[in-house]
Amino acid sequence: MNRIMAYIALFFGVMYFLLPLIGTVEFSLSMRRGVYSLDAYRVVLADPMFQQTFGFSVIMALFTIVFGVLLVVPTAYWVRLKVPGLRPYVEFITLLPLVIPAIVIVFGYIRLYNTSSFLPMTGTAFRTNILLMFGYATLALPYMYRAVDTGLRTIDVGTLTEAAQSLGASWFTIMTRVILPNVLAAVLSGAFLTFAIVIGEFTMAALLDRPAFGPYMQLLGANRAYEPAALAVIAFAITWACMGLIQLVTRFSKHAQAAR
Amino acid sequence: MAFLEISNLEKFYGPTQVVRDFSLDVEKGEFISFLGPSGCGKTTTLRMVAGFETPTKGSIRIDGKDVVNVRPNARNIGMVFQSYALFPNLTVAQNVGFGLRVAGVAKAEIASRVAEMLDLIGLADLGGRYPFQLSGGQQQRVALARALAPRPQVLLLDEPLSALDAQIRVNLRTEIRAIQRRLGITTIYVTHDQEEALSMSDRVVVMHKGAADQVGSPVAIYNRPATRFVASFVGTLNQIEGVVVDPHNGIVTVAGASFTLAESIKAATGATVMLAFRPEVLRLGQPGPGDVTLAGKIAEVHFLGPVVRVKVAVGDALLSLDTQNRAAVALPVVGEDVSVSVATGDIIVLAD
Repeated sequence: MNRIMAYIALFFGVMYFLLPLIGTVEFSLSMRRGVYSLDAYRVVLADPMFQQTFGFSVIMALFTIVFGVLLVVPTAYWVRLKVPGLRPYVEFITLLPLVIPAIVIVFGYIRLYNTSSFLPMTGTAFRTNILLMFGYATLALPYMYRAVDTGLRTIDVGTLTEAAQSLGASWFTIMTRVILPNVLAAVLSGAFLTFAIVIGEFTMAALLDRPAFGPYMQLLGANRAYEPAALAVIAFAITWACMGLIQLVTRFSKHAQAAR
Repeated sequence: MAFLEISNLEKFYGPTQVVRDFSLDVEKGEFISFLGPSGCGKTTTLRMVAGFETPTKGSIRIDGKDVVNVRPNARNIGMVFQSYALFPNLTVAQNVGFGLRVAGVAKAEIASRVAEMLDLIGLADLGGRYPFQLSGGQQQRVALARALAPRPQVLLLDEPLSALDAQIRVNLRTEIRAIQRRLGITTIYVTHDQEEALSMSDRVVVMHKGAADQVGSPVAIYNRPATRFVASFVGTLNQIEGVVVDPHNGIVTVAGASFTLAESIKAATGATVMLAFRPEVLRLGQPGPGDVTLAGKIAEVHFLGPVVRVKVAVGDALLSLDTQNRAAVALPVVGEDVSVSVATGDIIVLAD
């Protein structure tokens, strides 16, 4: 009896997530009347706007990842090594972006960095891009920090650092040859999450008026019928590919078993 | 001038003093053990030599050069940790070669040095393995090879065998000592295991509450403990009270009978002193001439194989006595009245 109830619950749960997806896929294939076709996908992929905005977002995502790794790995390492007492506070700070809506952050940016401010970041497209990257890094911070911190927990940071020091290694060598390689799987999973966030982000890109993928999806959604559904499926596939990559990287990391 | 000179070292963590006025001269090629219970400051002292802790006061000189303000990565010191601390992402060979690679040594030279080191620790075939594919004993050998590869001036080992099984521990300590002798490297070995310290070292430093209670050869530490702490921490010790009759001639009374000890006593007439002796010097029956003889009753008998450990109740005290097991001799019986004796030369008068 219990088992039947469990299956029923599972069925409803799966339906809740799957039905909209199936509906979207079905609709995206229905551009040509009467038969299923990939016309909507063809139109979307051929649209130069799609290529431009997607390319822009991919590049922004890569820069965000690099910036995030450079910011988070040394910070998490230093907090674990030297000031473990501060960990709860740092964790709290990294969680703030989950609580503060992106729109609040971006309005704050615009107010602080507008063209008549002391630091006119929004003055040129290039500087606005930098500002957008900082914004993306902030949005991805909770995921990146958590992933890296979990990775660091699996190794004995303090002793490995001392072992490397006694062998003559500088801080730079310790970071690049000891710490980073050992948390690479964690860093990569943080990176893929960052990628997924940046690709789908709308608010910041729209309000900073940058030609990103998120605003393009919105624009398409407001003006076309079948194409937005195809675009949603594509975005969904990209996100899931990222998740799959996280799994792969974690599984194939050569020394993963060393983590005790 | 000694090779490694530690002078008047002190270390405070806030108001807590963990190392007090610690001085030690280590000769080149010497094997020194820091022995003591946990929290006695032995590891902190070692970490100050390594550079991971900064002394509050005092100096550390290696080959005449004060290293207190030298960063740990510039001290040229090899360190072996209790937890092995091998780099999980590197193979055995890469781990061993790490220090040389950091120093910018040529690739061919690294390869030959790594091969030499792996040969030294008897793991020549395992260079391509990752640390997680090795047993604990093998990992610790690799850690030793890694520490030795860059030819450090001093080798520091922080309880390297504590995480290993008993049998491997005994094998590995012999091996470590043999390698140390072969390379002639100045070594400090931290342990809380007295058997390790006594069996491996040229000299042992017994530490207690942040200070060195006694520095001496293993034999001196065991046979002539300088303080009550050293006596009780190293080995088992029987203690019995005596009253000084003639300090100059070493005459004391124990349980009413008067005896002449082998040496004079540093205490006043009428003072109570602690007389101590090891279980293996106490004998059942057959007293020799001039021996201290005490009457007692057998309280416990423990058969340990080669050794029979007997507890004898003498007055309020319970004395431990070790005898060799012999098939032809029956074990003592609990409750039996016996006399036990100890040669006066084996008695230690304990100061505090």
